[in-house]
Amino acid sequence: MLPDLAIALVVAGMAAYAVLAGADFGAGFWDLTAGGAERGGPVRGMIQRSMAPVWEANHVWLIFVLVVLWTCFPVAFGSLMSTLYVPMFIAVSGIIFRGTAFALRGEAATIAEARLLGAMFALSSVLVPFCLGASVGAVAAGNVPVGNASGDPISSWLNPLGITVGVIFVLTGAYLSAVYMAADAQRGDLADLRRAFRARALGAGIAAGAVAAAGLLVLHSEARALYDDLTTGTGLACIAVSAAAGIATLALVWRERYEAARYSAAAAVAAVIVGWALAQAPYLLPGELTIDEAAAPDATLVATLVSVVVGTLVLIPSLYWLYSLTLQGRLDKAYEPLDQRFRPLRAADPEDRGS
Amino acid sequence: MSPVDVSLAAQSLQTALGEPSQSDLLLTRQTQAMSFIFHIPLVCFGIAFPAMVVFAEGLWLRTGDPVYKALAKRWSKVMLLLFAVGVVTGTILSFELGLLWPNFMATFGDVFGLGFTLEGFSFFLEAIFIAIYVYGWDRISSRAHLLAGIAVVITGITGSTMVIAVNGWMNEPTGFELVNGEVTDIAPWSALFNDQLAFEVTHMYLAGYLVVGFIVAGVYARAWLRGDRGRYVRAGLVIPLAFAALTAPVQLIVGDWAARTVAKDQPVKLAAFEGLQKTERQAPFHIGGIYEKDGDIEYGIEIPDLLSILADHDPNGEVVGLDSVPAEDRPPVNTTRLSFQAMVFIGTGLAALAAVFLLTWWRKRRLPRTKWFYRAVVACGPLALVALICGWITTEVGRQPWVVYELMRTEDAVTDANGIPFVAAGLLIVYLSLTAAVVWLLRRLAERPPESEVGGDLGAGA
Repeated sequence: MLPDLAIALVVAGMAAYAVLAGADFGAGFWDLTAGGAERGGPVRGMIQRSMAPVWEANHVWLIFVLVVLWTCFPVAFGSLMSTLYVPMFIAVSGIIFRGTAFALRGEAATIAEARLLGAMFALSSVLVPFCLGASVGAVAAGNVPVGNASGDPISSWLNPLGITVGVIFVLTGAYLSAVYMAADAQRGDLADLRRAFRARALGAGIAAGAVAAAGLLVLHSEARALYDDLTTGTGLACIAVSAAAGIATLALVWRERYEAARYSAAAAVAAVIVGWALAQAPYLLPGELTIDEAAAPDATLVATLVSVVVGTLVLIPSLYWLYSLTLQGRLDKAYEPLDQRFRPLRAADPEDRGS
Repeated sequence: MSPVDVSLAAQSLQTALGEPSQSDLLLTRQTQAMSFIFHIPLVCFGIAFPAMVVFAEGLWLRTGDPVYKALAKRWSKVMLLLFAVGVVTGTILSFELGLLWPNFMATFGDVFGLGFTLEGFSFFLEAIFIAIYVYGWDRISSRAHLLAGIAVVITGITGSTMVIAVNGWMNEPTGFELVNGEVTDIAPWSALFNDQLAFEVTHMYLAGYLVVGFIVAGVYARAWLRGDRGRYVRAGLVIPLAFAALTAPVQLIVGDWAARTVAKDQPVKLAAFEGLQKTERQAPFHIGGIYEKDGDIEYGIEIPDLLSILADHDPNGEVVGLDSVPAEDRPPVNTTRLSFQAMVFIGTGLAALAAVFLLTWWRKRRLPRTKWFYRAVVACGPLALVALICGWITTEVGRQPWVVYELMRTEDAVTDANGIPFVAAGLLIVYLSLTAAVVWLLRRLAERPPESEVGGDLGAGA
């Protein structure tokens, strides 16, 4: 019971990270594909405006997942971090370059600076979800044994299943981000951008759905046990919920009802993560370690759960304040294209520029 | 648990993932050290800077003087930038715990992990309130804005307290029992509230105020030296300098408390501060010099009885020597010793400068006029940073060869993975780029005239 609650926290944290920070990485995907310095300006400006106030808070979910994992499931944490040190190291480096480049690009004063920072932001935004996805694929396929770096550092994650899950992570981020930004553009009365992100949301939604379906075939050949659990019982229910929410999102985006589409898009992604967790249970590391075996003693689990409940009670009103200010547009910056052309700094520059 | 019980147990600790054989142990340790050296200054800005920003905002709300608002607003942007960099460097640290030290985490994660869970929440709240604070200037009521700022101050303190609690635990592992080498009977709350917490937290907070106060004051002291002596620069100098000057003398007292606690709980670490070979009364302290293998201090200036006074407040007090434990259980003496000395000397120097500032203010109600004072303030920023890092080297290298004091050796905590040189090189590139990026962005920010912060002029004499 206690171990199940603790793993539920980990899964909830992963879902929140995928739904919130995943979209921030997706924004980097659209930045990468936005086109040349001038043509891509409007899209890049929108990304800057949408992400700036929230991305740091969104990132914290990853820390939450790591911390709960190492406190409540220390042996599993040590085993997976040591075996998967290559993708994890690439991911953490990408997280660093992404965050720094994002914080700096608004201050770029020459096109060379802006291009360098923009490329760094966009490339690492694609690399990070790929590596995290591939790591999830490695766990799902049972390639992480218990022990200190006991699994293969490369082939454990760089294999058909890992690559597929990595691509799914990249695409779902792009899909979420396009839906959210279409909604932001609608609220900000930016018709061109609303149309631009509508097309992207529809395209990415279909692509993500298609790759996810193909992923089931890869799962069938690479991790049969997981496939069986995912296509029966509660696993199947989650997949069905995800598919329904995904289709509903496409319909809502098609009909330009973006505020509702935000939530259905998020539900589609969260349902897959919950479904994966339910299908993989009772294993934390398939074939190696069950959730009960991996769990810390009850005293630690109770202390963690109590802390999380108390923390959440403080967190909810604070988050509510932030998101209500954000969703009311109170923290919005004035929109301006980030056209990456040389723009000298002037004393009279409006306050809101960059940050 | 007394140190004696623990060291008996040490021979039989069963680590969760077996015994690693890592040929790059030293490089792994240096990689971790490099990460801390980059992260800890940012922690100082998380602890101490919000208080200065909120103080400046409070002055604006009381006086209506736009200079204070321009200052608070400008600082809040720096605060957000450094927080963002702290987020990423903190993320590296949490990954490194697993990437570099999986056996440490697998064996003891369930004992001390709670601290990080609490820190995670605190940090989450800090991220929320800092976003509201920085993006909410002029957009939410000034009362709500100030409250968000106060929330940043509080969450900065609670978060770092929890991380320091874990460091305290590594120095004084409590909150569990060792039965046949297995970690059992975990009491996570007692692990957090260990006896090292109180002095470590106090010492670190004051260090935060010293580092941030002197670095920020140094920026404006440089402007003053260049001839820019308006009210904006003056306020930017006086606020952080006042924080730092009030902190510096207190830090000397807290440092004394820290040294006596170390003498009591980790006598071998204290012995390494001096290089004291044998347990003795009236132990001397050598200023400078090099510790030689035979236990002599070459080239140092000997001050009789001083180590006994430091450790025990008694010139006749007994101080435990390095030879109370076998050679393989002793920390690297010269690194620990020189770091300790550098920290103490710089700290004393900072307190002396603080005394000059406070006395001039008290007697004459003005700032000192000599250029040397401002040059000294400029120098104090980097010096305070050096002292901070030396302080951490003292406590961390002084704890070696143990990662968990007298229980788990660092060599048993390390990963078995092969790629450490690549990780080290990759992180070196990461940190160099981060440093370049931060310096570049801060300079870019400083180029903007302060008037741009309030969209008007800053009043007479600005």
